[in-house]
Amino acid sequence: MSDDYRDNKIETKSADSSSGSYVPSADTIPAQEIPDQELYHAKSFWTKWVFCQDAKVIGVQYALTATAIGFIGLILSWGMRLQLGFPETFSFLGPATYYQSVTMHGMIMVIYLLTALFLGGFGNYLIPLMVGARDMVFPYVNMVSFWMFLVAVLVLIASFFVPGGPTGAGWTLYPPQAILPGTPGSEMGIVLMLVSLSLFVIGFTMGGLNYVITILQSRTRGMTLMRMPLTIWGIFTATVLALLAFPALFVACIMMTLDNLLGTSFFMPEIFTMGEKLDYAGGSPILFQHLFWFFGHPEVYIVALPAFGIVSDLISVHARKNVFGYRMMVWAIVIIGALSFIVWAHHMYVSGMNPWFGFFFATTTLIIAVPTAIKVYNWVLTLWRGNIHLTIPMLFSLGFIVTFVNGGITGLFLGNVIIDVPLSDTYFVVAHFHMVMGIAPLMVVFGAIYHWYPLITGRHLNQTLGKIHFWVTFVGAYAIYFPMHYLGFIGVPRRYFEMYDSPYMTSGVGLNQFITVAALVVGFTQILFLYNIFTSWYKGEKSERNPWKANSLEWHTPDYPPTHGNFGKELPVVYRWPYDFSVPGSDKEYIPQHVSPSEVPAAKAEQT
Amino acid sequence: MSKKELNIFKLLSQKPWEPSQAAIDNQHDGKTLASSKAKLGVRTIMVVSTVIFSLFVVSYSDRMLVHDWKNLSEPWLLWINTAVLIVTSFVFHKVKIFSDQNNFEKAKNSMLLVGFLSFVFITGQLLVWQHYINIGQYVSTNPANAFFYLFTALHGLHLMGGLFFWGRATTKLFRNNYNINKIKQAIELCAIYWHFLLIVWFILFGLMIAT
Repeated sequence: MSDDYRDNKIETKSADSSSGSYVPSADTIPAQEIPDQELYHAKSFWTKWVFCQDAKVIGVQYALTATAIGFIGLILSWGMRLQLGFPETFSFLGPATYYQSVTMHGMIMVIYLLTALFLGGFGNYLIPLMVGARDMVFPYVNMVSFWMFLVAVLVLIASFFVPGGPTGAGWTLYPPQAILPGTPGSEMGIVLMLVSLSLFVIGFTMGGLNYVITILQSRTRGMTLMRMPLTIWGIFTATVLALLAFPALFVACIMMTLDNLLGTSFFMPEIFTMGEKLDYAGGSPILFQHLFWFFGHPEVYIVALPAFGIVSDLISVHARKNVFGYRMMVWAIVIIGALSFIVWAHHMYVSGMNPWFGFFFATTTLIIAVPTAIKVYNWVLTLWRGNIHLTIPMLFSLGFIVTFVNGGITGLFLGNVIIDVPLSDTYFVVAHFHMVMGIAPLMVVFGAIYHWYPLITGRHLNQTLGKIHFWVTFVGAYAIYFPMHYLGFIGVPRRYFEMYDSPYMTSGVGLNQFITVAALVVGFTQILFLYNIFTSWYKGEKSERNPWKANSLEWHTPDYPPTHGNFGKELPVVYRWPYDFSVPGSDKEYIPQHVSPSEVPAAKAEQT
Repeated sequence: MSKKELNIFKLLSQKPWEPSQAAIDNQHDGKTLASSKAKLGVRTIMVVSTVIFSLFVVSYSDRMLVHDWKNLSEPWLLWINTAVLIVTSFVFHKVKIFSDQNNFEKAKNSMLLVGFLSFVFITGQLLVWQHYINIGQYVSTNPANAFFYLFTALHGLHLMGGLFFWGRATTKLFRNNYNINKIKQAIELCAIYWHFLLIVWFILFGLMIAT
């Protein structure tokens, strides 16, 4: 079959040359050395939609599961905000419920929502389509990966219903308090949390295996690594980070489970509680912190790098301009990924470390700002003199840039030991990490959903609801987190259930009420977004093929939306990068990746 | 045709817009490494396992500095188990050589021997556990014990995971008319994994007898 294709193409080429047009020598098709992948063809409803091996369906399954658990995380945040804004008003919010809400909110949002959505959701849907593969390399393992994730989520939900409730140890689960009586959920909640995390890591490793090897080995002909969309670069690097970082969480979870269930002392020091000496002795809680943050800091970039990649593509497509400095964007992604493994102790400045140790980690932390700043400059320069279409994906991308700069700059404050020490454990930190790894990646998630929803369903999301969603989320996020920076400066500690009549709270009371109201409004807008997603699925405006006039392969499948096997009979052949917009010399406004040089003879390759 | 981009720096500094590079890129077949996807899968798993075991080794080295650490005295049975594991790896190497020579009849017997020896190893490890339990060295008695049980359990679990794939490879081997290349690949990958687990055991065992 591939031979037929080859002959046809060669004929086209000779026809071109006979008509006298310029034929670049590059217009040849390499032999297909990789045999076409054998796909599992589903026959029943169950194998097609439930136990499905098609990466596109798995991607949607991941995304829906992550969104569902994410909404639980959102509702938990309302509980926290109600308590902080209007203490002693709601009888159902005691200190235990508050700490459980904090813990579960953090863990759900960071791991079960963002990680699963970016890598499991967007990764599964986009990787095979964007690199020109029929499916992931190990479709069966990929399916198991999703079901492991689902089981992890169910175990997490189960912890809400066990005696003692879910753990309230804070999302960092620091021992010794995480497993000692007095902390909510120290009976079964913490065990289920650790089991759930371990299952998540195992499931993710199965998925990550697929993402990495598909990107490395299963690309279509002509798709070199330096011709891949930046989305794929972001997901690829993030997956490598995750494969190397999640083991640290896994190791920490195992040892803490043993400390809890079998009474070992890996992390537990000698402890007296209620006047009695416990059996623990000699363990090191700091060791847990090192393990946790050796995972935890790369985790920030596991969430951020796919967002960086996706937003680069969104900006380029919706500003009709090539990405400024493509190679530098790739380098920045790789460098950020590498550096993210040597900055973890900046989360532990107040744990009593050697000053030189803090000095080292402050330095590496500040070095990361360099590639990150390069990325921000390049996004702005991509927009510069671009033909900016203020579509909803573009609005969210612009929102991302502003929010990311904001959260990044507060990160520079906190990266310095002497500034971190007074600000540590205040609301300044809460504001910082919500801006940089909460709101900023979520902006990209939303933009990406508005961008790729037509590809998945063949219909557009409702534009009016989308605009309302953007503006309320964007303005609302600032209404929530800007005042939190101020609360941090005046010294309001984080994690406290209630401030009572502390002297510094005089100006904070009104602010806290304001933040709570804003949080409720922003939260309800997300329900509007969910309504939009579900109703547009069958009622939305029909989308024509390639509505955004993008170049990457996922928009150029024979069937729209793409079906099983992605590319019909023949895989596409790639001749260019995905950013050929308004190419000098070409009469076409955009040149998709699979258009051969002879079809656009006058187009000049753009330097990047 | 660039089959294998060895140097990541070279790869990242390509200039895709130059006509000469574009001509090379158009010839690219889409593969980055000259290796089968199954082999890369096993390698990735081994990398992840290496990270897991390295972090345990780091935790061990950190924890053993605390004064309450009491070394375990390793029974002679552990040395026998180690010898069994070495023999297993050696036999597996023979299986691979047989399958490379298309000598599948010999490979069948040796393959079964590998499975038998692996079960002997796991049983031996459980006997060591029983020995420690009998002399009152429980998992929570001392951090050194906890690490011993943890290391042997994790290594054993890795081996059992390997035995699952060993079972699949053996079934393929004993089935008539099965694709020879697939049999060869399954055997080769299992053999690599067994050698990997042997090295892991050397490091863990070495660490425990050295301290």
